[in-house]
Amino acid sequence: MLDRHPDLKTFLKMTAALLVVAVASAYILAEVYRYTKEPIKAANNRRELDAIAEVVNDFDNDPFAEKMTIYTPDKKSKLQLYPARKDGIVNSFAIKTYTNSGFGGRIDLIVGFYIDGAIKGYKVISHQETPGLGSKITEPKFQSQFNGFDVSKHKFKVRQDGGDIDAVTAATISSRAVIDAIQRAVDAYKNFNTGK
Amino acid sequence: MAYFMIFITAIFVNNIILSQFLGICPFLGVSKKISTAAGMGMAVMFVITMSTIVTFLIYYTFLQPYQLTFMTTVTFILVIAALVQMVEIILKKTSPALYQALGIFLPLITTNCAVLGIAILTIQKNYTLVAGVCYALASSIGFTLAIILFAGMRERLEFTKLPPALKGTPISLITAGLLSMAFMGFAGVGN
Amino acid sequence: MDKTSLNNLTRGILRENPTLVMLLGMCPTLGVTTSALNGLGMGLATLFVLMMSNMAISLVKNVIPSQVRIPCYIVIIASFVTVVDLLMAAYLPALHGALGIYIPLIVVNCIILGRAEAFAAKNNTWQSLLDAVGMGIGFTWALALLGSIREVLGSGSLFGWNFLAEGADTMLLFIMPPGAFLALAGLIITVNQLRKAK
Repeated sequence: MLDRHPDLKTFLKMTAALLVVAVASAYILAEVYRYTKEPIKAANNRRELDAIAEVVNDFDNDPFAEKMTIYTPDKKSKLQLYPARKDGIVNSFAIKTYTNSGFGGRIDLIVGFYIDGAIKGYKVISHQETPGLGSKITEPKFQSQFNGFDVSKHKFKVRQDGGDIDAVTAATISSRAVIDAIQRAVDAYKNFNTGK
Repeated sequence: MAYFMIFITAIFVNNIILSQFLGICPFLGVSKKISTAAGMGMAVMFVITMSTIVTFLIYYTFLQPYQLTFMTTVTFILVIAALVQMVEIILKKTSPALYQALGIFLPLITTNCAVLGIAILTIQKNYTLVAGVCYALASSIGFTLAIILFAGMRERLEFTKLPPALKGTPISLITAGLLSMAFMGFAGVGN
Repeated sequence: MDKTSLNNLTRGILRENPTLVMLLGMCPTLGVTTSALNGLGMGLATLFVLMMSNMAISLVKNVIPSQVRIPCYIVIIASFVTVVDLLMAAYLPALHGALGIYIPLIVVNCIILGRAEAFAAKNNTWQSLLDAVGMGIGFTWALALLGSIREVLGSGSLFGWNFLAEGADTMLLFIMPPGAFLALAGLIITVNQLRKAK
């Protein structure tokens, strides 16, 4: 593509053209980036706040402003805890957790707990599970099993592993992954409570 | 162990062509004969691994520290285009035999979305450099495996009587569909 | 509109449909068409990039030395792709999440560089825009149709509207990778037969 021995004038012209195009592109993108930075952040927060609102009791505080960082006992995972308050009293809380053992890799979800530690429900924020199979972890049929589930009183595993949760048909791995993510949140919360 | 899992997953479970749909153009275009398919595969392996290393270094030494992540796509595609050009020139000078084997495929690789795709995915997956190289190498081995298997099937199809409506692209796509179905058998391995 | 303009506009929609006839841009065609909405969204994003890049390239074609034209075109295309990427992340976050890695990969969609080289580099801005609109619409309807077929067969819904009873069995294969190849094969066979019949 490049000439072997382009004369100086051609060479300068080539460099100048490339440079001008590159600088113009960088400038335009920097402007667009500056313009969209806040909306992108807002869109991401919006999605998380919607998810939090879905899994906790009625609240009138800003869970985002009061978020705390909690750690699993092995210190490997860092999770976010969002307390929900009504009239100043914490009535439930949400933990943003994740798992890497989904069928398509990482799954991020927000799980809500009653104040006694029982699960209220969860909401998947992002996943790459197979559409129509693993993706059913986002549907009420599977999720409703978690409603009121107390990890300390029941076996928090799928039935195939001797537990009390019915896995999504043909998507045991995705179901296990959800349990893994929630277990991580439970462990981190326990650790946070005992460490206090 | 973790690196081994990256290998198995990228080659079989999430095969770059058959389940991620990256690099379909060469997969359909350069797969009439096993020998050319193998050549394309080698060239892709070389370029994907090299470009992942270079883009990784550029991303973490320039783009991220200076908050220029919005230039990622522009920078990566330019780097890949330049790299392909450089590889072509270097191969021509140093190893004429290798150039003979891979040379004709190199210009096609710039627009192979597998190269840019793997470079971006390595960043998105938060891999370290070593894990990223494993991932790039394994993905391109997966590419080579799929394209060689596919070429083998197409070589046989040459001598098969087909309904005229299926000739050409449709039968290639159906064959690829069957191959993809076969690879679904690996689903769940490693979990 | 004169005859050449009309021809440039309509060519991409049916006769030289980039997806179903010229078989370009196969990666997004197969990768994102798990639902009608995703197919449509991808098509529109590509249409936008194609329009902008075709116009920009036809404007600068005379100032750029031919030796460096490909790198320049690539930078121009990649810039517009990043603009789409950022705008979608800001204002259509759900679709942005669903299309994922395929958005930056619009850069290497052969249709865009192909039209830049084959058309925009030789024609004026207005004709280049018409060409981009035609090709973009051709790509969009092909992806939306393929997405619809796969969603109807695989999920029992269309644009998210469920027409089957809750829990009814569907042909899941069609939203999984093999189904992409098979559905596209079926669509191309149909198009070929229709073209022959005409």
